[in-house]
Amino acid sequence: MELFTNQVLAGIATGAIYACMALAVVMIYQAIDHLNFAQGEMAMFSTFISWQLMQWGVPYWGAFLITLVLSFIGGIAIERILFKPLAKAPVLTNVAGFIALFSIINSSAGLIWDFTIKQYPTPFGSSPFLGSQLVSTHQAGMIGVTVLLLLGLYFFFQYTRIGLAMRAAASVPESARLVGINTSWMIALGWGMASAIGSIAGMLIAPVVFLEPNMMGGVLIYGFAAAVLGGLTSPFGAVVGGFLVGIFENLAGTYIPGVGNELKLPIALALIISVLVVKPAGLFGRHIVKRV
Amino acid sequence: MTLLLNVKDLRAYYGQVQALHGLSFSLNEGSLTTLLGANGAGKTTTLRAICNMVRSTGGIEFDGKPLNNRSTESIVRFGIAHVPQGRGTFTTMTVEENLQLGAITRKDNAGIVSDIERMYAHFPVLKQRHTQQAGTLSGGEQQMLAVARALMLRPRLMLLDEPSFGLAPLVVRDLFGILGKINREDKVSILVVEQNAQLALELADQAYVIETGRIVMSGNAKDIANNEEIRKSYLGY
Repeated sequence: MELFTNQVLAGIATGAIYACMALAVVMIYQAIDHLNFAQGEMAMFSTFISWQLMQWGVPYWGAFLITLVLSFIGGIAIERILFKPLAKAPVLTNVAGFIALFSIINSSAGLIWDFTIKQYPTPFGSSPFLGSQLVSTHQAGMIGVTVLLLLGLYFFFQYTRIGLAMRAAASVPESARLVGINTSWMIALGWGMASAIGSIAGMLIAPVVFLEPNMMGGVLIYGFAAAVLGGLTSPFGAVVGGFLVGIFENLAGTYIPGVGNELKLPIALALIISVLVVKPAGLFGRHIVKRV
Repeated sequence: MTLLLNVKDLRAYYGQVQALHGLSFSLNEGSLTTLLGANGAGKTTTLRAICNMVRSTGGIEFDGKPLNNRSTESIVRFGIAHVPQGRGTFTTMTVEENLQLGAITRKDNAGIVSDIERMYAHFPVLKQRHTQQAGTLSGGEQQMLAVARALMLRPRLMLLDEPSFGLAPLVVRDLFGILGKINREDKVSILVVEQNAQLALELADQAYVIETGRIVMSGNAKDIANNEEIRKSYLGY
């Protein structure tokens, strides 16, 4: 029983990271109807920036905040430079754009910081949390930061005018323009926020997976699985999906013989395919009906 | 009578296809003007051209200021509220959020709160449903919501695209009654595009008839309604 509780709690901790990645993916999907394959690489690059800042002597939380701001600006810049001109382009052009972005960021990180694996600090320590052997302080910190982030985002989208405007721009762009919302900047803002959310995920998971240019590959696939499970049209679903995938991943690795650590990733992919076959809209997503 | 909207030689294009062929009309401050015409005559395109939602050439002046080459969202800030065909409801949001969105360009929070109450007085059904998702409203209720959302801008000019579309005759009567009241009491100028010519002419003071992208008839709404020849050849009733 203790093993089970332990695995579930550990699953919630990594699930928090998947939830962040899924949320970032869903935010951009809502804004431009495309999956951002480079979301993980953007998060990885942000994490390297925070590491570099700490190498230069900036304390952890200072580096954390500066990285958040830089990631936000970087996300907006990527949208303005690369994806705004592609707004009316076909799907495949956008996919090519995302793949290009993926390899540009990945290679740049390798060029600047090389591909060796680096230790990444945690501000929470890794001792047992509240004297319990079930969960470490870093895992508790991951969950805590994510919960704060989610509450903040909920408040932002539900109770601020700009949050309302962003939701309106994502749901019915033409009507949003007709009430005076600059939908183009709302999309850019969505990119900035998604990039900042991704950077938080990167900085929180880096002490676990270690810092290197390919660190987010697996995490992003779990993030996609979470987003698909929860429904790509539902930010709430993405978050729930994140936690579910985290728990599922850990339990499968522990209890299904032969899965272990090696087969965990195929399990995420199998999950994506099963959801798409059985319930394409996901657990909380809307069915999109298009008039032809 | 001051001129509020002045449209001169308006030509609009969808890709290579020209939809408006040099259309000119004007609208006085405080008036309720209707644009009539058959399907495909260019009524919707005219409204879309005013808000720069379709490529067009020609002069569009609002209160003496040119609107050409401005983005749709900046034209709204002149005080022009456009209720598009199909109502443009934010279906996944609540009724109250839809109203708040109508006032998203305004900064006076107290005024917005009191205007939402004013809209609930105009349209009591919206108050009953204020926490409900707008997509669950009936067609008539959604049209009320669309008009209320437009009024939340405190517009000087309201553009309405076929407000009667898909509504039961009784609901249409109700809605047109409210539009007349808004025009008289709140001093909002209204330009309404309609296929239901009979009803629109009862409501409006000024009328234009469009045929294939050109104005073919204009004048006092009563005169047009009383002219049997025009009625038979252009309005079909």
